[in-house]
Formats: sequence, C-alpha cells, structure tokens
Amino acid sequence: MAFETWLRPDSSGLYCIPGGFHIDPSHGVARAVVTHGHSDHARPGNASVLATPETLAIMQSRLGDGAGRNRQALKYGERLRIGDVDVTLRPAGHILGSAQVVIDYRGQRAVVTGDYKRRSDPTCAPFELVPCDLLVTEATFGLPVFQHAPDKTEIDRLLASVATFPERTHQVGAYGLGKCQRLIVLLRQAGYDKPIWLHGAMIELCQLYERLGIGLGDLRPVSEATSKLPGEIVLSPPSALGDRWSRRLAEPVTAFASGWMRVRGRARQRGVELPLVISDHVDWPELIQTIEETGAGEIWVTHGREEAVVYKARQMGRRARALALVGREEDEAE
Amino acid sequence: MKAFAELLDRLVYTPQRNAKLRLLTDYFRATPDPDRGFALAALTDGLAVRLPIRRTIMELMERRFDAELFRMSRDYVGDTAETVALVWPMRQTRDDTVHPPPLTLGEIAEDIRLMDRQALPGRLETWLDALDTPTERWALLKLLTGALRVGVSARLAKTAVAALGGHSVAEVEEVWHGLRMPYRDLFAWLEGRGEKPDAAGAPVFRPLMLAQPIEEADWATLDLSEFAVEWKWDGIRVQLAAAQGEARLYSRSGDDIGAAFPDIVSRVNFDAVLDGELLVLRDGIVAPFNDLQQRLNRRSVTKRMLAEFPAHIRFYDALSFEGRDLRALPFAERRQQLEAWHTRIQPPRSDLSELLHVPDKAALDVLWADARAAEIEGLILKRLASPYLAGRPKGHWFKWKRAPLTVDCVLMYAQRGSGRRSSFYSDYTFGLWTKDGGGDILVPVGKAYSGYSDAELLRIDKWIRAHTTERFGPVRAVEPALVLEILFDDVQRSSRHKSGVAMRFPRIARIRWDKPAAEADRLEQLTSLIKHVV
Repeated sequence: MAFETWLRPDSSGLYCIPGGFHIDPSHGVARAVVTHGHSDHARPGNASVLATPETLAIMQSRLGDGAGRNRQALKYGERLRIGDVDVTLRPAGHILGSAQVVIDYRGQRAVVTGDYKRRSDPTCAPFELVPCDLLVTEATFGLPVFQHAPDKTEIDRLLASVATFPERTHQVGAYGLGKCQRLIVLLRQAGYDKPIWLHGAMIELCQLYERLGIGLGDLRPVSEATSKLPGEIVLSPPSALGDRWSRRLAEPVTAFASGWMRVRGRARQRGVELPLVISDHVDWPELIQTIEETGAGEIWVTHGREEAVVYKARQMGRRARALALVGREEDEAE
Repeated sequence: MKAFAELLDRLVYTPQRNAKLRLLTDYFRATPDPDRGFALAALTDGLAVRLPIRRTIMELMERRFDAELFRMSRDYVGDTAETVALVWPMRQTRDDTVHPPPLTLGEIAEDIRLMDRQALPGRLETWLDALDTPTERWALLKLLTGALRVGVSARLAKTAVAALGGHSVAEVEEVWHGLRMPYRDLFAWLEGRGEKPDAAGAPVFRPLMLAQPIEEADWATLDLSEFAVEWKWDGIRVQLAAAQGEARLYSRSGDDIGAAFPDIVSRVNFDAVLDGELLVLRDGIVAPFNDLQQRLNRRSVTKRMLAEFPAHIRFYDALSFEGRDLRALPFAERRQQLEAWHTRIQPPRSDLSELLHVPDKAALDVLWADARAAEIEGLILKRLASPYLAGRPKGHWFKWKRAPLTVDCVLMYAQRGSGRRSSFYSDYTFGLWTKDGGGDILVPVGKAYSGYSDAELLRIDKWIRAHTTERFGPVRAVEPALVLEILFDDVQRSSRHKSGVAMRFPRIARIRWDKPAAEADRLEQLTSLIKHVV
C-alpha cells in the first residue's frame, strides 16, 4: 500500500486520511496533532488539538484562547486510537514537550519527526529512535556543511569572550522558546551562576519552563537593571541584536546562538561578532544517521534543504521525495 | 593551530580596532614560541606563502567527497575554501585511546617553508585530516592562500605585540625589518627577558613624523618666521632606506613596497634614510593621484607600467646619512645636509621638495588659495627647530589642506554602522540629480560616514527609519527628501561607479533639514569639477 493513500500533504499541511487529522497544520483545522510549541508548528485556531502536556502548556501561554477549543494531552509513549489509526508521541529532543508523531495503520508505521535533534539537551527529554516504514523528516540543516559543534565548546567561547571584554555586555540573540532556556541551563552547567539578564519577551516562557520543572537559576529582566550591564550576559530575541533596544547595554558584543552561525556569510549578514553554533535541529551527520537507523524504506523530506537529503537518501537505497509543505519558511531565528 | 584559528575567527567578525587589539595581545601573551611568531608573520604578510591550492583542493575533494553534495554545499556557502573546511570528511578510524598531539601552527609554517610543490597534495590532506574543527581547517586554507583578510593591518599586529611589553609600535617598527620569523628575540625583549634586538646597520624602517591639521586657533600663536613652508604633494608618503647595497621603500605604515617600484630601489647606491613623497612624474609634471594608484598594491610590475607610470621620489627630509642619525638635529640643519647630499650624489628619479618663500601670512594665504588651481593638496608648515619625532607630535609640523569643495546631495541609502554604531544608520549613500528621459533621477555619487555629531546621528537615524521605502538586509532605501551638504577634496572620473565619478574624502558638512531635495545639485555640476585626466 502506497503511503500516499493514507498520508498526504494538502493545503493545510500533512493530513492523515484514516485518522482525520493534520499534523502541525499551517492554519486552523478541525483536528490537529501538534509536534511542539514553536509558532510555525503550533498555529492558533484549531478546533481540537492533540499534543504533549508540555506543548499544550506552551501553546496556552503563547496563544491563550487561540490554543484550540478542545485540547487533549497525550503523554510520551501512550497509545491513542484516532479513527482507524493508532497515534503515539515520542520525544523529539527539540524543545520541552517536542514530540515525533508515530502513526500505525494497517501494519504500516509512519513517523513524523517534527523538529528534532539527537544531542543531549538538559531542558527536554532525549530523542527516541522509532523504527518505521516511512520517515517524514525535517531538513532545516540538510546540507553536509552543517555539522554542529559540541555545545560545550560554544559555551566556553562565550565565557572566554566575557572574560576578554569585561567592560562590555554580551548580548546573545536566541529564540525565546527552547534555545533561550537551553542556553541558560548550559551556562549554569558550565558553572556560570551570576544573574542572567533577559529581554522582556523571554521572561514569561522562562517562568513557564521553571513551572514545568526546569530550573534556570537567577534570572532578571533588563528593564530592572540599574547600569548598562557591563560584564553581564543578556539574552534577547535575535531581532533586538544591534538595534535600538541594545543601546541600553554597554557597548554590546553581539552574539547569536543558532545552527545558521556555522556559515560565515550568515553571521556577517547579521553583523554578529560572536557566532555560537548551538542548534536545536539535527545536523547533517545526525540526519543521515537517523535515516539509516530507523530502517525506513521511504523518506519524505520537509522544510529545509530537501534536495541534498533526498539525493543522499536515494544513494542509500531509500525511496525519497521532497514534501513541499505550506507555511514552513526557513526558520531564521533557529 | 586551535588558538590561532580561534583568533582569526574572532578577528574576522570584530569591527572595533581596540577589540581587535585586545584579542591579538591576549593571543600573543598566551601562546608560546614559536607558534605566536609564525602567527605574527602570517598577520604581517611575512609568511609569504602563495600556494596554488585551489586545484589541489578540488582534486582532493573529488577523491574524498561526493561531487553532487559538494556542488550543493558550495552553492549554499558561496565560498570554496569555506565549504571544504565545513564538509571535510573526518577519518572514521578514530581510536580514542591514541591521541596524536594536535597539529601546531609552527609545524605547519615550518613545513610550508621547506616543502616543494610536489608534496603539497599529500601534505594538505594530512593536515586537513589532523585538524578537528571546521574553524581550524578554514584557518589553514586561509594561511595557505596567503591572504588572511581578517581586517588586521601589519601595523595593528605590531601594535598588539608592542603592547606585550608596554612599548610603542614605533619601537617595534624600528627594529622590525632586522628581524626574522618566528621573532623569538622580539618576544624575549618585549617580555623583559632579552636585549632590544639590534638592526645592525640594516635598512630598517624608522617611524615617520607626521603633520597635524592646522586649526584656526593655531594661527594666533604661530610665528611664520620660525617655519619652513612646502607644498603638500599629492602622492604617497614614503621612506627610502638604503644601506650596505640594499634599498627598501617603506610606506607610511612601515610596509615594504619596494617590489612594486624597481625604478626607485634598483638604482640606489648610497647609504641613507630619506623621507619623501612618491609620485608619478612626466616631464617634470606631477601626474594625478590616479596614475600613482596604478602602481600601488602590486607584488611586481610590468615594463609597460614602468614606462607608462614612471615613479619619482621628491625628498622632504633626511633621517640618517652613512649611519649617522640626524633625527635629533633641527629641521633647518637636516634640510641643509639633505641639499648638500642631493647635489653631491644626484640620485636619479628624485628631486627636493621646494621651500617656498613666505614673508608673511598674506603671502601664505595667496599660496593656499592657489593650491587648487595648481592641483596641489595644500601646504605644510615645518618648525625650523623641530627634531624628527615619531608620530604626530603637537606644535611641530602643520598641514593646511586646500579648501574643500562642496556639493548638495540627496540621501538615497543608509546602512548600519559597526561596533558602537551598530544600532544606528550611520553610513550614507547620496546622489545628485541628472536627466533621464523626460525627467530627473538621482544617481549615487558617493558615501560618507562622518561629519555629524552624536545628536545629529540620532536625528538622522530616526528620520531614516521613518522614511524607509525598501530594505535590503542592513541597508535601507529612503525617500529622496533629505539634503546633505557634502565636503570633498577632489573628484575624479571613475569607471567603477555608475555615475562615472568618484569623490575623494567625502564627508558631511551640514544636514540641510531646511532644503527641498529638488533644489539639491546636479551631476553635471560635479563632473564639471573634474580636472583633465590622462
């Protein structure tokens, strides 16, 4: 049975026909399964939403009433019958609550990864490998040039720079959900126990993480600072880097934590002085490793650099195709 | 290699000079010999490696990597060397119990010096395999191509080294050209472990004495009878140092540019250190600066260039003759010795910068007012009693540049600055009106980054944000509505610019908040100022 007979992209995203639901739909649908809380995956206006409890909490915090009229939590590993299919969520290791969607239908198993990574991340459950027949994988960093550095090296570089420029603020641009909290915990693990200063847009999500059991240590809003914060670390959304907001800081060293920082042109384009290669997505070797290890005979590649992944998967003897899904522009903030 | 790669990586992204200095000095302090010495050589263009690695790299990649994936990667990254550094496939046979010692910059540099080209492919592959991170592989490839391009001049690197021992860059420059990499004796001296290296009669660079711009207030305290007056020639300031049959031509910053000027250095058979202006001269007439530019920044020069753009040196001053240091003597006395020497030796392709007869300020004003018509940059006033001092000492030499030209332009694009100005739109592209079909359009004629106060910058920044019509990354296009009065020193024809003209030293004189854009100047007004160009 061709997978396309029961799972296929439509104008709202990826649709599971016998289950009657979309996965991460690009706009409000009747039934949605949401992999994680990032805004290009968790959109407002769905009639009913199925997701992990953490993802639901994040959606509630970010979308309020738009988080879906009918919300159903499904814990990692629990099986749920929807229509004619069985659905299970498995940790994706991307951010807190992120899940792969495992769909079993008439002896076939499809795994939709959502966004995922395979490195350890102290702020979320580790990725679980799920053997399957069809793997629908993301490909944000689907080119061999993307080989992320170990987190520790990058955190060490940040701390070394803070020591070199003690009279300046280090302003680190980071996506507010996931990346921000991971950075904080990585800094704590590296022994940095000073206050970490936050842009206003990050405070609520950090509080949510703490409520969900992720300790982040001493955090303070930049708005309460009584100095320009020389020698301190400030986290802000990438959009506040080198813009008017940063004028309140002491000659800031502009850092940016993102997988894109691996490529120099990207860092230069943004005027970044300290690019930190810290990503919440799989890099190329891990992507290829995942294709290999799931044993899937068929690979569908979504948002990112599909071309190279499809090429490589075919080389590995898999059937492979690029899946052009709506609403998945390149995630600049990652 | 790890520390050097990290240094280059930081430098490449760091715009502020002081921050670069700190990164460099920290590196030189923390890195042992001989690695830091080779790093210094690389940063001052002293490794002089120019290996033909491009083809070698491509052949290696063909063997080690999938061609199609490489093509896709290269297309995405946009730079071959960077792509190779990123995708280089690590050898899988990593035995965790055996750690080969990490490859050092010193080992690589020594290898490069001794290696013949046949060995290059094998060696390159070994090196790339031995380096663990993309940053190190990127740094290696930069090193091998011979052009680091990390925004560090040789002088900045020397300044950073000098700071190790709290010395000035002038002191390092003075011994520099007698040193050999990896500069152990230099570091030993700077760290207080050894004697100051002795140049021992070699034609080393002596830091130049520079003039300060004259300001209105200076005239009150200045007695013209105590000064010599010369034209400010429009070439580049150089130092010609010759000793023991060897001659070197140094730029103002101490770079040896002799290779591009064999017509100057190959004829030298004297022992002297001279200060002068390098010019292109035809039949006794100084050619426009543009002509000299054809000869600059070259590693070698063709016969045709030598004939077409003949170089000439116009001496200003003498720092030493036959090993006798004249720098402590007053200018008047040095000048006398220079004149006597020049008459005696008569070095080819040279003359002396004329001392102008200036009885009083009125006469000086006349000379200055005529400077533009004479196609001369301005005047230099030199205190007759001044010794030759390194740097820009106050109260000794003054430069009085000819009055700048001005033109009213319209702001077209604004770009964010860097460093302290990174949150401000501080770099401006402006244009002038010209006919296009039935109507008028603006064509960009130049860029300016200076000439406004902090308060004005804030106000322009705000204006730009409110009048943006389009955004291209860090650049914004704005409504053609703000007039900038631009000062500039000169304008020349240029095929590299759409408008066909290039301004020299443009900066903002005033922001004309009051002036309607339609009343700004026209391109034709600017082009009419262009002097004949050969």
